Amino acid sequence: MTDLATAPLRRDSLLRAALGSRNFVVGAVITLGILLLAVVSFIWTPFPFSAQDIPNKFKPPLTGSHLLGTDYLGRDMLSMIMVGARTSISVALLAVGIGALIGTPLGLWAAARRGTLLDEIIMRANDLVFAFPALLIAILITALYGPGAVNAIIAIGIFNVPVFARLARGAALSLWTREFILAARVAGKGAARISAEHILPNILNTLVVQITIQFALGILAEAALAYVGLGAQPPMTSWGKMLADSQTMVALAPHVAIVPGLTIVVTVLGVNLLGDGLRDILDPRLRRSRR
Amino acid sequence: MHKNIFVHCFPASTPADRNAPTHQAHGTVEPIATLELRGSLPHTPVPPFPLAARASTLHNRSAMPAYILSRAVSLCLSLVAASLVVFVLLEIVPGDPAALMLGLNATPEAAGALRELLGLNGPVHERYLNWVFGMLRGDFGISYAYKVPVSELFADRIWVSIPLAIYALTLSTLIAFPVGIIAASRRNSATDVAIMGTTQLGVAVPNFWFAMLLVLLFAVTLRWFSAGGFPGWDQGLFVGMKALTLPAIALALPQASILARVMRSALLDTLDEDYIRSARAKGLTRRQALWRHALRNALIPVLTIIGLQFSFLLAGAIIIENVFFLPGLGNLIFKAIAARDLIVVKSGVMILVVAVILVTFLVDVAYAIVDPRLRTSTR
Amino acid sequence: MTLLSIRNLTLHIGDANILRDIDLGVEAGEILGIIGESGSGKSMTALAIMGLVPEGFSSGGQILLDGEDLLKKSEAELCGIRGDAIGMVFQEPMTALNPTKTIGDQVAETVMVHRRTGRRAANRIARETLDRVGLTEPQFPLGKFPHELSGGQRQRVVIAMAIALRPRLLIADEPTTALDVTTQAQILALLKRLVDEDGMGLILITHDLAVVAGIADRIAIMRLGEIVETGPTVGLFRNLQHPYSQMLFKASSHQPARNPPAVTGSVPVLAVDGVVRDYPLPRRSLFGAKRQFRAVDGVSLSIARGENVGLVGESGCGKSTLARAILSLEPVQAGSIALDGEPLQGSAGASFAARRKLSVVFQDPYGSFNPRHTVERLVAEPFFLLGLGAPQGAERRRRIDRALTEVGLVPADADKYVHEFSGGQRQRIAIARALIIEPSLIVLDEAVSALDVSIRAQILDLLAELSDRLQLSYLFISHDLHVVRTITDRVLVMQAGKIVEAGDTATIFANPQHPYTRQLLAATPNLEMALAAREAALPPVDPFLNPAAKQNLPSPLRGGPGRG
Repeated sequence: MTDLATAPLRRDSLLRAALGSRNFVVGAVITLGILLLAVVSFIWTPFPFSAQDIPNKFKPPLTGSHLLGTDYLGRDMLSMIMVGARTSISVALLAVGIGALIGTPLGLWAAARRGTLLDEIIMRANDLVFAFPALLIAILITALYGPGAVNAIIAIGIFNVPVFARLARGAALSLWTREFILAARVAGKGAARISAEHILPNILNTLVVQITIQFALGILAEAALAYVGLGAQPPMTSWGKMLADSQTMVALAPHVAIVPGLTIVVTVLGVNLLGDGLRDILDPRLRRSRR
Repeated sequence: MHKNIFVHCFPASTPADRNAPTHQAHGTVEPIATLELRGSLPHTPVPPFPLAARASTLHNRSAMPAYILSRAVSLCLSLVAASLVVFVLLEIVPGDPAALMLGLNATPEAAGALRELLGLNGPVHERYLNWVFGMLRGDFGISYAYKVPVSELFADRIWVSIPLAIYALTLSTLIAFPVGIIAASRRNSATDVAIMGTTQLGVAVPNFWFAMLLVLLFAVTLRWFSAGGFPGWDQGLFVGMKALTLPAIALALPQASILARVMRSALLDTLDEDYIRSARAKGLTRRQALWRHALRNALIPVLTIIGLQFSFLLAGAIIIENVFFLPGLGNLIFKAIAARDLIVVKSGVMILVVAVILVTFLVDVAYAIVDPRLRTSTR
Repeated sequence: MTLLSIRNLTLHIGDANILRDIDLGVEAGEILGIIGESGSGKSMTALAIMGLVPEGFSSGGQILLDGEDLLKKSEAELCGIRGDAIGMVFQEPMTALNPTKTIGDQVAETVMVHRRTGRRAANRIARETLDRVGLTEPQFPLGKFPHELSGGQRQRVVIAMAIALRPRLLIADEPTTALDVTTQAQILALLKRLVDEDGMGLILITHDLAVVAGIADRIAIMRLGEIVETGPTVGLFRNLQHPYSQMLFKASSHQPARNPPAVTGSVPVLAVDGVVRDYPLPRRSLFGAKRQFRAVDGVSLSIARGENVGLVGESGCGKSTLARAILSLEPVQAGSIALDGEPLQGSAGASFAARRKLSVVFQDPYGSFNPRHTVERLVAEPFFLLGLGAPQGAERRRRIDRALTEVGLVPADADKYVHEFSGGQRQRIAIARALIIEPSLIVLDEAVSALDVSIRAQILDLLAELSDRLQLSYLFISHDLHVVRTITDRVLVMQAGKIVEAGDTATIFANPQHPYTRQLLAATPNLEMALAAREAALPPVDPFLNPAAKQNLPSPLRGGPGRG
C-alpha cells in the first residue's frame, strides 16, 4: 500500500530531479529542438519548401546551401523536414489529445461504476476498438471521406481512446479500494467529486507519462499513414510522405530516404526518452525511501 | 507503420483484469498485476478480503470448460459487434454507397442500377444478414472494380498476408524471449544496458523505413534477396519463405524490441514477488528461481502483448506489402480504396478484424493453460 | 557445539547502520524468540543468516552454523545450505507460494534441488512432509494449487517447503502475523512439535510478546538494529533491565484509564436492526442460477451515548461488512440502521443529516490520506457533510486547529503533508478528521492494528480520553481480543455473519458462554498467562490452549477448507 506518490514535490526538488535524469534531459532537448523546427518553419525556412529546382535534384547533404541535400525535384530537404515537422507534431498532438480527453473520463467513469453494466459496456467497447488497429480505422475513414490529415488525426485519436480509458480505469480501480477514498465516501462525497478531487490528481503522473508515449506513437502512426497515402495531401508535406516519395529513388540517392527516416527515429527516440525521464522523476516507487 | 509500439505501454488486459472483482465476495481469483513497461501504473492489489475465503468454498468447482465457454461466447459477441460496426460505417453512414462508388459524375440511373446490382435496395437488417450469412458461406459479393467474386480476390492474397504475419510473429518471439530473459537476469549489467539501448532505438524505427533500408542493403547492394514481389507458393516452400524473409524481418525487429522490453519488465516484476524469495530460501540459485518460477508467471502479461502484436503485425503487413510489392490483402485494399470498390474494402477489413478477434480468443485460452487460477475458479 | 552462533554481526548500506554488533546463539532443539518493533532490524537479521540480504548491503562479523562462517561462503555454497541446513518461513502466506505450481511440486522442489533423487522419490518425501504439517490425503493431494487453500493451509505448505529436508535450523519471520488467532495457535503448536520431533533450532521472529512468551526458550529484544536485552524467557520477562524492554512490556499489557460519563438519554446513538447484506456470487456456469453469499445475517445491535462497544471475530466473519453497511458504504438487503433515531439508509440512499453524526478511523495509517492534500484539507474533508452549513474562513481554521489540538498535534501541523508524519501521528490525524464534525459515533475499523505496541498504547489512551470527555461512542472493530478488552465496555462476538454472543466485556472475558467465544479466547496469546503457566512448570508444549478449548478447535485434519 505504499505505491502512491507520497507528496507533491516541491518545485526546486522537482527541478533537481529533472536535471538529474539523463533520459529526461536528452529527451527534453530533442523534443524541444523538433518543436522549435516546426515553429520556426512558420516564419522562416532556408528555401520555400515546395520550390522545385530540377537541375539541382538529388544533391547529397552538405552541398552548397542545401544542408540536408535536395530530393528528386530539387526541393530543399531541410525546409521540407521543418514543414513536415508541423504535420507530424500537430497530428500526433491532436490525436493524443482526443485519446486522453475522451479516454480518461471514460475510464474514470467505468472505475467509479465498477462492476456495473456501464463498466462492462465501456470496457467491451474499448476491447472492440482494439480489434480495429489504427490503420484499419484510417482505411475505413479514408474509404468514406477520402485521405487527409484530419482523417489521420481521427483514426489515431480513436485508437488512443481505449488506451487511456484502460489505463485510467486500471489505476483508478486500485485507488477506489484505498482507505482515503473510503474516508471521502464516508464524508458524503459522490463518485464524480471523488474522481475529480482524489482519483484524477493521483493518476495524473501515470497519464502524463502515457501521453508522451502515445505522442511518440502518433508520430510513427502519422508517418505510416502518410507513407501509404492516407495522411497529409499535397501541397502539404510530412515526413512519411517524403519517405513515400523517396521509395523508388532509394538506390539512386539513399539520403532522400535516410534523412526523413532518421528524423522520425530521432524524434520518437527523444519523446520516448522524455517519457522515461518523466517516469523516473514522477514514479513514486522510486521515492518510497522517504518513508 | 503505427509501429505498434503502443502495445508496450498500455496496461495489458488480462482475463482477471476484465473480470475484475466487482466486489469482495468474488472468490479467490487474485487480480494479475497489470503490466506496464513505462506507464507508472500502480499495482492493483485487491486486499485479500477475508470474505473471499468463506465465499470461495461455495463455488470452488473446476471450471476450465466454463472458462473456455465464456471466452467463446465473448468471441461471438465481439464478432457480431465488429461486423455491425463495419456494416454501419460503410453502408449506412455515408448515404448512398452506390453514388459514392461511382464518384462525382454518377447519373441517378447508373447509381440505381448499381444499387440493384449490389442488393442495396432491401431493408437494412436484411442487407446486414445477407452480408453476414454470405460471408459465413464464403460469399463476399462481387467486386465492383474487378467484376469477379470478392472471395476469389481474397483467396490468393490471404496466403501472403497471414503467413507473413505469422512468420514475423514467430521471428519476433524467438528474438524477444532470449533477449528479454538475458536482460532481466543480468539487470543493470553492461549487457542489460546495451540491450535496453538497442531496443529503445528499435522501438523508434518505423518498420516501413527499416524495410527500405533492408532492401537497400540486402537486395540492392548485396543482392542476397530480391527487392520485392512474390513468386507464389507453387514455386516451393523455400522460395516462398525467402520472398517473405525481408518483409518479415522488417516487421519483426521493431516488434521484437517492444516484446523484449515487455519480457524484461514482466520478469523483473515477478522476480520481486514473495514466492521468488521463498524459492531462494529453498536453495534455488537466482537463475533457477528465474527459470522455474518467474518465467511462467511473467508469461501472463507477455501473452497479452503477443496477442496484440499479432493484430498489429497483420495491419503492419498491409504497409510492408507496399514496400515489397507483395500481392497481399493490403495491396488489394489500397487498390480498392482508389477504385472506390467498397465491397472489397468492407470485406477485407472484416477479414482482418476477424483474425484479430480470433487471436484474442486464442490468447485467452493460453492464459488458462498458464494460470491455474483461471482453470479452477468460475468465470 | 552451538548450532548457530552470531558474533558481532553488523550490516550497513552506505552510511546507514542497519544492524550493530548482534550477538546471538541458538542450540539444537531450542527456540529463540526475537522481539522487535518495526525498524528494529529483526527481519534483516534473519535475511543475513540466510545470505539473502538485498543487494547493496555489506556485512561484518561472523555467522557460525556448526562452526562454519556463513558470511565467508560463496553464493553457490549458500545455495547448498539454504533449504537443506536452514529453512525459512515468511510472514505472508498468501503470496509466498508460486500461484502457477502445485503444492506438491513446490515442496518436492526443495528435495530435488538438494538431493539426487528422482521425481518419484521427491514426491514421496513431499507427501510425507505435507502429512507431517497436517495436510493429509485425500483432502490435500499433491496436485492442489495454492489458490485452492486458505491462508493457514498455505502457511503449512510454506512450512513443509522449509522442513522437507529436516533442516537443523528453521527461521520463522512473523509466521502467524497474517493469520487469525485460532490458526495462529495451530501454526505455533505445529512449529513447536516439529522442533521437538526433529531436534532443530528455531528462530521465531515476532512483534508480539505474548506469542514468544508461550513457546520460546530464550528471548532477544531488538531495537534500532541492536539487541537491548537477551536471556531465558521467564527470567527475562520477570526481571527486565533495559528501559526499552520495560516500556515494551508495559505497553503490551497497557490498560487505558477509563472514566465513562453517566449515560444520558434513552435513544441509542446507534441502532442496528436485523441487517442483512448479501453478495451475488458469480454463476457456477453460464446458465446457472444466481447465487448469493450472506455476509451479514440478520444482525441487531445498539450503542448508547458514551459507550464503547467492541466487535470481534476472525477474518471473513462479516464484521468489516457490517461496519461498511453502518457507514453507508454498502447497501443492505434487509433491516434498518438508525443514528440518534434518524434512519441512515432509506429507499433514497443515505441520509446526510444522520451521517453527520458518524465518523470513521481506518486501519492503515499510510493509505488513509490523499498524499496530495495538506493536513488542513484532509482534516476538513468531513465538513462536506454539512453542506452550506460548513464553517468558513477563520471559523473553519479554528475548528481544524481545535481538532488537531484534541489529538495531541499542534495547529501548525495543518499546513504540512501526511508524509511528514509517522504512523502514530497519522493515526492521530485520522482521529482529528473523525472528530471535526463532532460526531456521536466513531467507527474504529482495526484502528490500532497496524501500529507498534508502544504507539498503540498511546493511541488507545487518546481514544479513551476523548470518549470520556466528549461523550463519544465507539464501535471498535478488531480481530485482537486483547485490545478490545482494554478499551471497550461491551463486546459483540461475530461468527459467520451472526452475532453469537454479546455482553459486558469483563463478563465475557471472564466467563464466555458460546463455544466460539471460548475458542477465540483460548487461542489468544496472553503474556501474563503464558508466563504464569511456564513458571508453574506446566509442560510448555502449547500453553495457549487449555484442554477444554482444545477440543473445539477446528483441525485442518478434520475441518473443511476453512481458515485452518
